[in-house]
Amino acid sequence: MVGIVIVSHSWKIAEGVCDLAREMSNGNSGIIPAGGLDDGSIGTDSMKIAEAIKNADQGEGVVIIADIGSAIMSAETAIELLEDEGSSIHAEIADAPIVEGAVCAAVEAAGGGNLDSVLTSAEESKDASKL
Amino acid sequence: MSIYKSLCEIGERIIANKDFLTELDREIGDADHGVNMARGFQAVLEKITPDEKDIGAVLKKAGMTLLSKVGGASGPLYGTAYMEAGKILAGKEDLTPEDLKAALEAAIAGIQKRGKAVRGEKTMLDALIPAYETYCENINSGMINALDLACKSAHEGLEYTKTIIATKGRASYLGERSIGHQDPGAASMTLTLEAILDALKQEN
Repeated sequence: MVGIVIVSHSWKIAEGVCDLAREMSNGNSGIIPAGGLDDGSIGTDSMKIAEAIKNADQGEGVVIIADIGSAIMSAETAIELLEDEGSSIHAEIADAPIVEGAVCAAVEAAGGGNLDSVLTSAEESKDASKL
Repeated sequence: MSIYKSLCEIGERIIANKDFLTELDREIGDADHGVNMARGFQAVLEKITPDEKDIGAVLKKAGMTLLSKVGGASGPLYGTAYMEAGKILAGKEDLTPEDLKAALEAAIAGIQKRGKAVRGEKTMLDALIPAYETYCENINSGMINALDLACKSAHEGLEYTKTIIATKGRASYLGERSIGHQDPGAASMTLTLEAILDALKQEN
């Protein structure tokens, strides 16, 4: 199954989004949070994101869904750290809103989607109208 | 040059200027640059020891610590800069003027790659790139003299950031209202270069 990593400046957001996405996807367990700094401060941590990517990967790649500002830069750095280590994990960052993107990606991954289709599901969620 | 001494000097200077950097960031950003950088360098100071001589390895360790502890965009930017400089200086225990040139070049390339920024966008590059150019022009006059002149160029670059519109990061939301304010990243970069210069002067 394609893994999913949720990156947020807040660990509460990352954990909460993971809880919601698991609930909406029949308990998909391949969703890993990477939120905040180790001391609980608001921020993003490339090392923590790299660890989460390793934990999320089950051999079929990982889709990363991130919140604002430095979250994308930290996720890009995490992917490069893994490449520098010689890791062969294929990780892609989705251009998607964090909650909607996570739920759509989790459902698609749980349904057996591949890396491309999980990424597309996350990214298409930004066009969904709510009203 | 002692990489330990240089990093201590950088860390102490960043921590001493925490409020100044945060105040600059309050004017055009999200008021966390000083706090974030001070937290990052506090962690760096706790991790490095005077007996580690491999400059590249120490810079890599510092870079990874900044990636983890800074929290904001300056984490991946400075973290990448230190790690890229560390790759160039792997295994070196002393620096020639050419080594420092190569390290500055690698740091610039790392920041540009990470931030997708170029000169003139009101970022740390507006202090670092002019400093690098001045260093290169004066490299034959010796490392300390070249770096001394480079720091003056960094200062001029920092002043120049007051006159331009931010197009990267949170400050870009302000558009023309970002004019009149120094860029916090350019300020912390200038402090960094001055700290390296001071550490070098103290050794000689």
